[in-house]
Amino acid sequence: MKLIRPLIFLWLGTMAPAIHAGGMAIDAGRTLAATCANCHGTDGHSVGGTESLAGVPRDTLLRKLAAFSRGEKPATIMHQIAKGYTPEQLTLIAEHFAAQRTHTGH
Amino acid sequence: MTNRRHFLAAMGAAALAGCAQLGKSARNAHVVVVGGGFGGAAAAKYLRLWSDGRVRVTLVERNAQFISCPMSNLVIGGAQTMAHITHDYSGLRDHHGVRVIQDTVTAIDPSARELRLASGERLHYDRLLLSPGIDFMPESIEGLAGHEDEIPHAWKAGPQTALLHRQLAAMPDGGVFAIHIPKAPFRCPPGPYERASLVADYCRRHKPRAKVLVLDANADIQSKKGLFLAAWGDRYQGMIEYRPNNQLLGVDARTRTAKLEFNDVKADVLNVIPPQRAGKVVDLIGSRLVNDRWVSVDWLSTEVSDVPNVHVIGDATLSAPRMPKSGTMANQQAKVAAAAILHLLADLPPNPSPVVMNTCYSYVGSDSAMHVASVHRFDTAEHTFLPVEGAGGLSAVASPAEATAAQAWAHNIWADTLN
Ligand SMILES: Cc1cc2nc3c(=O)[nH]c(=O)nc-3n(C[C@H](O)[C@H](O)[C@H](O)COP(=O)(O)OP(=O)(O)OC[C@H]3O[C@@H](n4cnc5c(N)ncnc54)[C@H](O)[C@@H]3O)c2cc1C
Repeated sequence: MKLIRPLIFLWLGTMAPAIHAGGMAIDAGRTLAATCANCHGTDGHSVGGTESLAGVPRDTLLRKLAAFSRGEKPATIMHQIAKGYTPEQLTLIAEHFAAQRTHTGH
Repeated sequence: MTNRRHFLAAMGAAALAGCAQLGKSARNAHVVVVGGGFGGAAAAKYLRLWSDGRVRVTLVERNAQFISCPMSNLVIGGAQTMAHITHDYSGLRDHHGVRVIQDTVTAIDPSARELRLASGERLHYDRLLLSPGIDFMPESIEGLAGHEDEIPHAWKAGPQTALLHRQLAAMPDGGVFAIHIPKAPFRCPPGPYERASLVADYCRRHKPRAKVLVLDANADIQSKKGLFLAAWGDRYQGMIEYRPNNQLLGVDARTRTAKLEFNDVKADVLNVIPPQRAGKVVDLIGSRLVNDRWVSVDWLSTEVSDVPNVHVIGDATLSAPRMPKSGTMANQQAKVAAAAILHLLADLPPNPSPVVMNTCYSYVGSDSAMHVASVHRFDTAEHTFLPVEGAGGLSAVASPAEATAAQAWAHNIWADTLN
């Protein structure tokens, strides 16, 4: 049971990159970012019609997401979705996409 | 600082211990996934992706190809082709190393962790994931069972989709196209109303004197009510007639007559969406179904409440509050399941705070669509997913821009699920 408590902290995002580097538990940012894949593609590699998020710098993405959730950036749907995530979750998501290589395949 | 250093040290130890455990138990573990639809195919892919190929994954799917229900109403209305909604499993096989078997599961022994296929092959699993979608309960409507050629459901995409389009195309101008909607819950709450819209769109162009009759067993439109009614008024003035509280008791397949509680309706095309339950393969695990229909799961892990090592996702589950039975949701649940299964195989606890979200686009005509969206967070106190208050919502109006967005959604979710 010793294992469990630190892991829960991890999932709250404190140390997510370390756990990923450890190659065992699945990074919290990765699973959160996977909720965006239905429209923005696996790990942010859109196959078309939406913005590819892979490789977008963390702060650029965070600024946009914050503007969506405050209702400052015009949108059909993103203002409704961004509001569903906490600022900490949005940060993890932005970090995950920023760390993805940009795609040349599509 | 000292606290943080201690924490880091604890972390390092945990990470090492975890690695050792993954090495011991998750490496070469075998997960069998049954059902290669929106939930199962995505789960198979993400189990491989997130284990860096360390976990073996076998997908059992009875059909040779993946045919998407989303966008299938466009095919029925003649605005899209079957080819557009038909995809294959080569991406899972070739890019992700999933063993894809085209077969049907005939027996499951959860205590021996083994399942048997119609071919006779036996598969042993460490964890089993079922995403079998729905099966119909036609026997609850007198005269319906065995007559799906005369009275199509087209609620599983495939030959039924093409058949319903052909029946619409063959309908005389001035004919009646009747759709019956069962009591909720059913797969895709806005789907029947989208279908009524796209059939009307077709009729407006090809059979302007036709009528679309929506016979709903429910007391009201189940999703996006205001937006559908606005579109029906604007675009189809009087062509679509909506009748709530119309429970279907029986049908006459020969005359295409719907026998309702208070009257009979004779149609030229009769599209009955039958009452639904979890795909019947779930009966093989011996779980006690809720209302004899849906599988109860622990939403933190998607493990079946009364059958260890077996997970169920998608339409087959007893949905969490305000969680729709949709392809988006099945794909999102697949990722919760994949992460939880990989953790459990490594003797780690599942993520204590998973998040899922839903977007469902519906067409009100072949060139105009609208959406409903929601975000659902796992609530520890209630031990289930709950919608995040203040998030999500509907389109302000249906628009061509959202029809473009709907296509982008379709291409991306198909790729995220299969490639
Ligand atoms: C007309 C229509 C429109 C829709 N539009 C949308 C939309 O726009 N957006 C959206 O998000 N959702 C939409 N949906 C809902 C969506 O299709 C479902 O919610 C989704 O398919 C559920 O995924 P699933 O994995 O639970 O089941 P499915 O996708 O149905 O997959 C189940 C698979 O399991 C296989 N299977 C079952 N039993 C066995 C067995 N014993 N052995 C082997 N294989 C088996 C089946 O062949 C099937 O391929 C729509 C549905 C309909 C009918």
